Amino acid sequence: MLLQLFTTFFKIGLFSFGGGFAMIPLIQREVIEKHKWIDDKDFVDMLVLAQSTPGPIAVNTAVFVGYKTRGVVGAIATTLGTVLPSFIVILLLALFFAEVRDNRYVDAAFRAMRPAVVALIVAPLMGLVKGMKWYLAALAAVVAMAVWYLGVSPMYLIGAGVVIGVVLAVVNGRKGAKR
Amino acid sequence: MIYLQLFLSYLKIGFFGFGGGYAMLSLIQNEIVEQRGWLTATQFADIVAVSQITPGPIAINSATYIGYTVAGFGGSVIATFAVCLPSLTLMLLLTRFFLRHRENRYIQTVVKAVTPIVVGMIASAALLLMFPRSGVNDNFTDVWSWLLFGAVLYGSYRKVNPILMIILSAVAGVAIYAIIPMA
Repeated sequence: MLLQLFTTFFKIGLFSFGGGFAMIPLIQREVIEKHKWIDDKDFVDMLVLAQSTPGPIAVNTAVFVGYKTRGVVGAIATTLGTVLPSFIVILLLALFFAEVRDNRYVDAAFRAMRPAVVALIVAPLMGLVKGMKWYLAALAAVVAMAVWYLGVSPMYLIGAGVVIGVVLAVVNGRKGAKR
Repeated sequence: MIYLQLFLSYLKIGFFGFGGGYAMLSLIQNEIVEQRGWLTATQFADIVAVSQITPGPIAINSATYIGYTVAGFGGSVIATFAVCLPSLTLMLLLTRFFLRHRENRYIQTVVKAVTPIVVGMIASAALLLMFPRSGVNDNFTDVWSWLLFGAVLYGSYRKVNPILMIILSAVAGVAIYAIIPMA
């Protein structure tokens, strides 16, 4: 189990070009569908937590899955798994960087992989939006536009969401008490 | 001494790097190029390029590469460890707290409020890669890019393995951009 956590996240780390959000489809496939370590609800919660914690999103999500499945030891296994592929690849590249950088085949491969990675980020969005009420989906669209078009920092938006959530929780709590 | 400096610099980068990936770039540049002077601006741009064409988080890629450049293998281990340490400890505490209290009504309401924001952020990440606000669009260079995009999107919908699709895209890229122009 521990070894499986390590190897699964090693695989995710190895194929997550572009970092962060590019891992989402791989995590969905390996962690939710194949191993069923977390479910769809955990997945969204995990993204919220990973965004609100400093550090690489890849490491943050690895810690969540590792901890939820096997506690602290699990979290260390998944973190190591995520980090090791980039560590090894970069060390090798640091030795051969000059030669690889201008190689036309390497360049051509990456030119095609970049739009593919974007498609992998777009794909899970449809599933996530489908389960949402229309006004929440509209809110998501507004957030997307604010970050993309206006350059608003995601940190503020998450902060605003937390504040709104707390206010709603308090208001609902009062209503509940009156009944 | 250089080990300690590397450790502290990357601990700082890991601790203040909210938003991951590209959000951490300016932080790394400030610390490594401007404060420490370990790299020139050109060397830094090279590292960003390397990070884009290698797997894994950019923070980790840069830690490994800069650690190695500054202090050899030992330096790369120390910098990589340091950049992960804040993530690992803070995320562990937060996950532990969250999993214990997730049934709490207040926590549930907060999560509900934040969920559409996270979905919007993922969409914005995709939009930024498709239509950057500034600079050259490296991700969608021609009609082939959009065809590949469409093919992978359809493949995801049919639940084709994403790793297989990335490998196939790389093969297609070599054919389209390297072999065909030579013929």
